Amino acid sequence: MAERIFGLALTPEIFVMIDEGLKSELQKQGVYVTSLQELYNWGRANSVWPLTFGLACCAIEMMAASMSRFDLARFGAEVFRPSPRQADLMIVAGTVTKKMAPLVVRIYNQMPEPKYVIAMGSCAISGGPFKQGYNVLKGIDRYLPVDVAIPGCPPRPEALIHAIMTLQEKIRNQKLTGPDRPRHLNAEIEGEYPVPAYGEHDLEPPKNPEVWQPPMIKR
Amino acid sequence: METLEQIKTRLGAALPLTKLDILPNECPAGERSLLVESDRAFDVAKFLRDDAQLKLDYCSNVTGIDWPEAKIKTKVKKMVLVEGAEKEVEETIETLRSGHLEVVYHLYSMELKHGPVILRMRTENRTDKTHLPSLTPLWRGAEFQEREIFDLYGVIFDGHPDLRRILMWDEFVGFPMRRDYVAPDDFEYEPTPHDEVLVEAKKHYPAEPKAEVKA
Repeated sequence: MAERIFGLALTPEIFVMIDEGLKSELQKQGVYVTSLQELYNWGRANSVWPLTFGLACCAIEMMAASMSRFDLARFGAEVFRPSPRQADLMIVAGTVTKKMAPLVVRIYNQMPEPKYVIAMGSCAISGGPFKQGYNVLKGIDRYLPVDVAIPGCPPRPEALIHAIMTLQEKIRNQKLTGPDRPRHLNAEIEGEYPVPAYGEHDLEPPKNPEVWQPPMIKR
Repeated sequence: METLEQIKTRLGAALPLTKLDILPNECPAGERSLLVESDRAFDVAKFLRDDAQLKLDYCSNVTGIDWPEAKIKTKVKKMVLVEGAEKEVEETIETLRSGHLEVVYHLYSMELKHGPVILRMRTENRTDKTHLPSLTPLWRGAEFQEREIFDLYGVIFDGHPDLRRILMWDEFVGFPMRRDYVAPDDFEYEPTPHDEVLVEAKKHYPAEPKAEVKA
């Protein structure tokens, strides 16, 4: 991030939220006060550009969501970009086969930060009905950090819109400074995710342990 | 269209065949099929395609079947003399079926609007002699389906222009649609396991030892 925006020095104080009472009082007088963090997140949340990228039947619902009947454009997410370089949201819409998984991770790596992932449908979350099969990945969260997961087979367009609104809520509440700041503002975090290789029966490694650990449940 | 018997006699007259069977099918549709030996299968298929009365110019689909070695029990009714009187007794005969892979072609004629004629070929066994002639030179549409059968069942089609895996990745080992294929054990937590998954789940989540009751 640039060190100076509008001639202001980027000190932590500028990101601090303003007192709500003072803010509404000033608004009544015709003065709109905001923090840079709020302004920055407001802009990002209302222009989420998804990647044109579908893997199975969920992609049909994704297309329907962006068309006139459901009209995803109302939420600032209508510009589906055909290139990962211009997109900041990856909607993993459909079954991720083991053959496809390395390519999905590679496309994700090609997207510029800040970037987000929505896992759409049962298959993208967990493998869905194909979970016990030999050729389907048991959820894209084994390799990518998923922000929002939508259950359903396939989810309705309303569910996808809800997921995008949930993601917007998440973006709006992100803090730009401090230890829990997002990945793209933290230079110490590695930006690329390791691309798995094809093995004899499964992908090598079968999961990225930094992103995902199997749930341990006793029965 | 001609019956299968008529096709069979004409085939026998046109080509020197040692083996050509009509396989019965007991399903409601009752579609019977021609079983040809693999060395002459290409000539038989060429005849079926080029013959003026058949003109089977369209191969709608190619299927692979895996038949592992199995004991087949058949019940036969026999008349047996018991204490001077004839009685009907059921006997079960066990026969050992050798394992083989089978490929089925469904052929139609677009020009004469008839079909299907079903053509079957079998490999000698499931391990080393899994070669069959490719019919892609006759019906181009069989190309990807033969590749798929090669990929999932391991039938090697001689004469196929581009025989390599199509659905699985190139590094994959084994043929996943075969009955005896065992996928690597990568069981994961399942919220509501049942049937086979429950058996798997029990292996991975052993029952918690009961807490000792204090006396």
